[in-house]
Amino acid sequence: MIHKVVKNADDAIRDIPDNATLMVGGFGLSGIPENCLAALLRKGTKGLTCISNNAGVDDFGIGLLLKTHQVRKMISSYVGENEEFERQLLSGELEVELIPQGTLAERIRAGGAGIPAFFTPAGVGTEVAEGKETRTFEGKVYLMERWLRADYSLVKAWKGDTLGNLIYRGTARNFNPMMAAAGTITIAEVEELVQPGELDPNTIHTPGIYVHRIFKGSNYEKRIEQRTVRSIR
Amino acid sequence: MLDKIGIAKRIAQEVRDGMYINLGIGIPTLVANYIPKDIHVILQSENGLLGIGPFPTEDKVDPDLINAGKQTITMVPGSALFSSAESFGMIRSGKVDLTILGAMEVSEDGDIANWKVPGKMVKGMGGAMDLVASAKNIIVAMQHCSKDGASKLLKKCTLPITGLKCVKRIVTDMAVLEVLPGGGFRLLERAPGVTVDQVRKATAGRLEAHDDVPEMRLQ
Repeated sequence: MIHKVVKNADDAIRDIPDNATLMVGGFGLSGIPENCLAALLRKGTKGLTCISNNAGVDDFGIGLLLKTHQVRKMISSYVGENEEFERQLLSGELEVELIPQGTLAERIRAGGAGIPAFFTPAGVGTEVAEGKETRTFEGKVYLMERWLRADYSLVKAWKGDTLGNLIYRGTARNFNPMMAAAGTITIAEVEELVQPGELDPNTIHTPGIYVHRIFKGSNYEKRIEQRTVRSIR
Repeated sequence: MLDKIGIAKRIAQEVRDGMYINLGIGIPTLVANYIPKDIHVILQSENGLLGIGPFPTEDKVDPDLINAGKQTITMVPGSALFSSAESFGMIRSGKVDLTILGAMEVSEDGDIANWKVPGKMVKGMGGAMDLVASAKNIIVAMQHCSKDGASKLLKKCTLPITGLKCVKRIVTDMAVLEVLPGGGFRLLERAPGVTVDQVRKATAGRLEAHDDVPEMRLQ
């Protein structure tokens, strides 16, 4: 009997130990696993390595865990908009590895696809290339990049079923599908949790095989970083 | 001299019907506002969307729909959504026709530096390195000189590089220039009121500039 449904975020993250490596879905604050991040804050899990495109803002997303010094290392492509992050980075409390965004996405995809390394042109001739193997294919130089995998992947989807099949919404998809596949244990939080058969199999983004635990999240804030609107003409 | 909107308007003239375009944060984002109405292009957002529409009206704001600058956006009819891996797959494989991005420095070989100032807070490269490594056509939007008057069009970049030999064309507050295949800048147009001599003085890298270079025409 497949049993993936857990009560809530606290139950879902119960066994994440100190010093674990986590993948955390989202781009900016869009598509982040709000409930799991709040549960990690409550539990006080320390020494975390977080693989996430961004590091949240001062008082939301991964920013909350930075404030309480629960994060030891960030692996990201862009970490602006966060003063506490900047302070900890400059004081040496926090370690940061910056990776080109497409390389980050592909390293995670490779991790979930069983491909230990691949070649990309991004970063050739830059400090990103330092210490990395390069090879020339058809006259162009490429860098070898290795897969990324995680002890736990925390992803956020719009809808999911009890077998772990997931559907994302809008640009909240971003890094979530690759991270779902690259986690040793993948925890999905969803806005709507339904029974098998209720989601159209044609529309599934993440097949349930990648998801180990799933729960219906609550009180989604879905904070907006840059609220930009036009007036009605 | 052009202001930011002037630079955006001039770059919009480089856009051709049917192009798939990636716009960077800042001035490049403004370009979308000045693309002629009879030209149909599709804008790519690196966080997983083809078909960026205008900013939403207040009642249509959706936290699940943002652009690479984390601004709320809308989708045009015929949009497609996808993951970040697929997004950079289409970038890496050269499907995006035109990339417009900002820069801190450009060298006469077409090298670009736009992600890091040593000693200052490092925010990261985001998607810039992936874009410049693979784009078929890159236009850079930038100020010709820094606030203290130093040229940003150099023989060699002094800041950490984002990508090598990738910039094709540059639109600054003073001029439109192209990077020659063998190296060096060529002046194509002057901004209104700017002389060829002023461009020569403001360009530290090798510059090919005829005295009769035309002034750019803006609407």
